[in-house]
Amino acid sequence: MTNALALSALADPTRREVFERLARGPLPVGELALGLPVSRPAVSQHLKILKAAGLVTDRPDGTRRVYQIDPRGLGQIRAWLDQVWDVALDAFRAEVERQAEQDQEQP
Amino acid sequence: MSQTIAPAAIRKSFTVRATPERAFEVFTAGLHRWWPKSHSIGDAPLKMATIEPRVGGRWYSLTEDGVEHEWGDVLAWEPPARLILAWRLNGAFTYDPDLLTEVEVCFAATGEGETRVDFEHRGLERFGAGEAVQAIRGGMDQGWGLILDAFQTVADA
Repeated sequence: MTNALALSALADPTRREVFERLARGPLPVGELALGLPVSRPAVSQHLKILKAAGLVTDRPDGTRRVYQIDPRGLGQIRAWLDQVWDVALDAFRAEVERQAEQDQEQP
Repeated sequence: MSQTIAPAAIRKSFTVRATPERAFEVFTAGLHRWWPKSHSIGDAPLKMATIEPRVGGRWYSLTEDGVEHEWGDVLAWEPPARLILAWRLNGAFTYDPDLLTEVEVCFAATGEGETRVDFEHRGLERFGAGEAVQAIRGGMDQGWGLILDAFQTVADA
């Protein structure tokens, strides 16, 4: 679902350009729209779609909203942590059982 | 299209041949005996890891170069049944006091000398700021192929 939504969101060339600009750093809508061949409302619409796809996130900054890349869309940190815990919990289980065996040998 | 997509919590469940008391003790007081050396915080190998046994207690490690590294703190301390830790290490394995993700571990006796361990690491959407974003931005330089590969990997997982 994430994959399909993200890929379809990036299929549009203007949207891809919006996303690439944010990849260089957070920007408010006004600055983001400068130099793009579409209107500011159109940029806002593109941002809405990118946000729904989990690719960008926004936060208030005074009276405007600042947009930035959302690493959630990439899922890289989750995948990495998942692997860290797999390794760690395997080691935990081995250590618990090693100690439990010792408990039984020395009641 | 108004939904927001947050990463699912990491969940692991397994059974160990030990009592809940022993499992809880090894998970907390014995952390340094099982935490993978390959995932030490800091530049030197892990020497000692400590979870102070109370709510609000510190969770930190000591590396062989004598440096202390904060990991987070204790949110719930209910031996031998339940433990909740605040994991405040970001995607670069660096302590960030403003980052709050939660690690919850529950231990339940399932039979004679056996314990079911239910593990959850949640709040992963909070990684979406600060240095984590910098790391992704660095990855962007390698082009779209890499990023789309990452989407594919996540979707297939």
